[in-house]
Amino acid sequence: MKISEAWLRERVNPDLDTDGLAQQLTMAGLEVDGIEPACPRFEGLVVAEVLSVKKHPDADKLSICEVDNGQQTLTIVCGAPNVKAGMKTVLANVGAALPGIEKLKLSKLKGVVSDGMLCSASEIGLGEGAEGIIELPSTEKTGADIAELITAQDQVIEISLTPNRGDCLSIDGIAREVGVFNNLSVDEKSIELVKETSTVTRSVIVTEPEACPRYLGRIIENVDCSIATPLWMREKLRRSGVRSINIVVDITNLVMLELGQPMHAFDNNCLKGDICVRYARQDESIRLLDEDEYTLNDDTLVIADDSGAIAAAGIMGGLDSAVQPGSKDIFLESAFFSPSVIIGQARRYGLHTDSSHRFERGIDPELQAKAMDYASSLIIDYCGGEASQVVEISAEADIPKNQWVPLRASQVKKMLGVEIQPEFIERIFMQLGFDIKNDKEQWLVKAPSYRFDINIEADLIEELARIHGYDAIPSTYLNTRLKVQPQNSFQTNLTQLREILVNRDYQETISYSFVDPDIHNILKLNDKSMTLANPIAPELSTMRLSTWPGLLKSLQYNLKRQQSRVRLFESGLVFVGQEELKQEYRIGGIIYGNKYKKQWDINNSLCDIYDLKMDVDTILAAIIGTGAYQFEATNIEMLHPGQALSITGEAGVLGVLGQLHPAIKTTLSIPNDVYVFELYMEKLSGVRAIAYQAVSKYPAVSRDIAIVVGEDIALGDITESIKNTATNLLTNLELFDVYHGEGIEIGKKSLALGLTFQATSSTLKDEEIEAIMEKVVSGLNNKFGAKLRE
Amino acid sequence: MNQTSHDVQELQQQALKDIASAGNLAGLDDIRINYLGKKGKLTALLKQLGQLSAEERPKAGQVINQAKVSVQEAIEARKQALEEEKLRVVIEQSRVDVSLPGRGQARGGLHPVTLTLNRIQSLFGHIGFDVVEGPEIEDDYHNFEALNIPHNHPARAMHDTFYFPDGRLLRTHTSSVQIRSMKQGEPPFRFIAPGRVYRCDSDMTHTPMFHQVEGLLVDENVTFADLKGLLINFLEVFFEKQLKIRFRPSYFPFTEPSAEVDIMGERGWLEVLGCGMVHPNVLTNVGIDPDKYSGLAFGLGVERLAMLYYGVDDLRLFFDNDLRFLKQFH
Repeated sequence: MKISEAWLRERVNPDLDTDGLAQQLTMAGLEVDGIEPACPRFEGLVVAEVLSVKKHPDADKLSICEVDNGQQTLTIVCGAPNVKAGMKTVLANVGAALPGIEKLKLSKLKGVVSDGMLCSASEIGLGEGAEGIIELPSTEKTGADIAELITAQDQVIEISLTPNRGDCLSIDGIAREVGVFNNLSVDEKSIELVKETSTVTRSVIVTEPEACPRYLGRIIENVDCSIATPLWMREKLRRSGVRSINIVVDITNLVMLELGQPMHAFDNNCLKGDICVRYARQDESIRLLDEDEYTLNDDTLVIADDSGAIAAAGIMGGLDSAVQPGSKDIFLESAFFSPSVIIGQARRYGLHTDSSHRFERGIDPELQAKAMDYASSLIIDYCGGEASQVVEISAEADIPKNQWVPLRASQVKKMLGVEIQPEFIERIFMQLGFDIKNDKEQWLVKAPSYRFDINIEADLIEELARIHGYDAIPSTYLNTRLKVQPQNSFQTNLTQLREILVNRDYQETISYSFVDPDIHNILKLNDKSMTLANPIAPELSTMRLSTWPGLLKSLQYNLKRQQSRVRLFESGLVFVGQEELKQEYRIGGIIYGNKYKKQWDINNSLCDIYDLKMDVDTILAAIIGTGAYQFEATNIEMLHPGQALSITGEAGVLGVLGQLHPAIKTTLSIPNDVYVFELYMEKLSGVRAIAYQAVSKYPAVSRDIAIVVGEDIALGDITESIKNTATNLLTNLELFDVYHGEGIEIGKKSLALGLTFQATSSTLKDEEIEAIMEKVVSGLNNKFGAKLRE
Repeated sequence: MNQTSHDVQELQQQALKDIASAGNLAGLDDIRINYLGKKGKLTALLKQLGQLSAEERPKAGQVINQAKVSVQEAIEARKQALEEEKLRVVIEQSRVDVSLPGRGQARGGLHPVTLTLNRIQSLFGHIGFDVVEGPEIEDDYHNFEALNIPHNHPARAMHDTFYFPDGRLLRTHTSSVQIRSMKQGEPPFRFIAPGRVYRCDSDMTHTPMFHQVEGLLVDENVTFADLKGLLINFLEVFFEKQLKIRFRPSYFPFTEPSAEVDIMGERGWLEVLGCGMVHPNVLTNVGIDPDKYSGLAFGLGVERLAMLYYGVDDLRLFFDNDLRFLKQFH
């Protein structure tokens, strides 16, 4: 909300400069977002009267005017189409300063000397305004200094109000707060009641008293709606961010800005029959002031006459009944609509108005009559007219009333951690305009009608803290009882896992949880996924089914930026399913390019599935222990059919890894092979139990063999067979070479295996080992046709 | 006797000469055998002692033994010198350019948001705050209703919520974790809830996803003064310096009183977090008696803290995953 400092100071004028005032507002919870000068610098601008206008002999679009500047009559050449004899406007005298012109000079236009310049609103930096020069009401005094007239030395303070402080959406509201913080009284606006000289009234029927507990209507006849809005009023509106429309609309807006009561004025001659406040009929339509046609829902409150809806209550008036410069009689509305009825309505139609903003947050339910009086008196002062009696429909039972709320001194101390003197507490509430009385061991406090955020004791304590000042509350260290908590194994494992990956040269990334639905299709992730109803962009509309879409996107991003070796991981939730949604925590990784960072003495080739497998193996060994999981060949649509593995353990499938399917790699325009893994964190959680086993005192015996088998025999099957044959004396089995080439038949491979034997109770004899080895070799021969390599 | 003495002297001198000219350990050993071996020249002289008279014998024995010791010592000294020389050569030949880099896998790094989260978790862990987590796709109840933000509350407009067609939503804050955690146990509660949160907003200073750490402490006699002390303490430790900090009244439906905390930066006050005393309605919603217990709560913007701590000036950098950016945090 923007407010004019000068306007505020009309009500309450603390001995503070603008910055001091802003600081105080911020610390009162009314956060100041910015301060700007209200007007650009100008001087030498005066109210002038145009005495006569004649065409320039040599220029079609120029006029030569006689202008009275209050001291003398000047000749002014003017190009504005709206200049006419008898009007009052703004004149920049020769020597005047205005935006972009340091010192206005005499000028000659097509041979005629101009003694100054008649100004448009934009030329003097007072807003866009309509085309042409500013038109001032005839009541402005010729020769008056404009800077003085509009208090040009003013600042616009932008305040960011929290939604609970609807009471501060007005000059009066802010003034009340400033008054409290400076211990100053706020001048009540003195409003002169208008004489009720007309007897013409219009009946009002409120069919929904809960939605509209109070409605005031008044006809004012014979109003001149064509007169120009006085400059001071235009300026107050402009500084508050409100555009000038016409005098009557401007007056209702001024009342709203000053008191906080949104009002509406109808052209009374466009109304038919009684005014009715009711809910819209389903699919009832209305053209609003923004000139758009709206089809209303049946929970939208409307103001209607016999012809149908004429305004969306509390949001915006209808176009057809709007006050125009030619309107003669007007019907003024000042109502209290319940916040719960207005809330959400404007947004549903894509609207947000100053009026709906205030009604949504709540306005003072006792303010309507005052606003009606103020608006009426301004209209009659400026536009003339005869006012009728105000028609008021009020449902007292539905008008919110503040209750007495108990407040205990003990609770104040318990909540704030500081003792506030009882006299001080009482003074604060009195300054705030609250009623306070003693009731045995506590107080009873009642907020004024403009404060609707005070319902419980905590609300009162917050007010105390705010006025007392957060700075005045001390800072203390926790006085607390601590207990050793069981370790959070999920967190511990996650931390360890990340550390392992980092130590294996992976970089962590963080991607958005929503992805392009296309990438799910490309990756053939076929599970049902959650799609946002209101995404910020289509490519960020679907919740990820895996960490891979984000990792692949990051890979592509970095490949485009000259990175040739990329190793990334990411952890977080993925969202699988819809009705049966599962939010699973996963950790995914991707490797691409060379095994190692470029270096001078290492066999550095492109990474492959075995590099990835070691990374995953290391993680699993650390988190759940070797032996607690197995790798198995698997089939996953998005992975290379011959290079896909799943990991299984007691908890089921723990994760998957493999080479990204070459066809997908091509679709994604990635040049080299891509390797990915994903582990399911929830399945890896739990504390790993480690049980000690005695180390044998007897020597170990090693035997190496090289066997030749068919290319299609998996090592896993061979080692399993060896382990089964070799008894538990076999303590270690390792593969140390795989060989193809000279000396080996095509279609076969040679595997070199190292076997280690050790007993826990004796030294093994050669004969024992030889016997076992013989069984191993013959077993391999029977099962796989394996032969010892010559 | 004189003859013997003379022979010994000559032999000794010859031996010392030979030793000095030995070029390697093998040659030196040959010399040892030549003089001191079983058939060595000095050994032979000793064997001839028997031919001398009884008076001459001790004297001659002494002379020969002295010569033997002196030759042995010379051999030992020469041996040490030769060994040292050999080592010197080995070392000289195995010198390398120590400025060449080491070999093997390098180290990667964590994302700066994770680094910041880790610091926050560790600092609060020191004073007994556990880490709790919750779902990111939430229902209206946990994200709003239970936090005293009923349907159509104007505060909902502050949240720019992402919705799913069935009415579920992406959590707008990790405050939603409060409710689940408090419903599962009994006070005292002392935990932080870190995680991803989502707002339907994207520009220079907003990303549609960011990270928050919600903190909650519910116990008997927890006060606003405690809240101030805790957060000032945390911020100064986090930023590793004394700070000018202010608590400014604000509004969150789930805390009362509520405050926004600003720290003085180079260009004026910077908002770093929101906090307050847990609203009695929230405590009541999870079955805690607000007359017996009170609570403090705070919400830290992780990216905001990371930006201030590392001097990052564009929020969006955190989610581009550009290696040239991320590697700076190794």
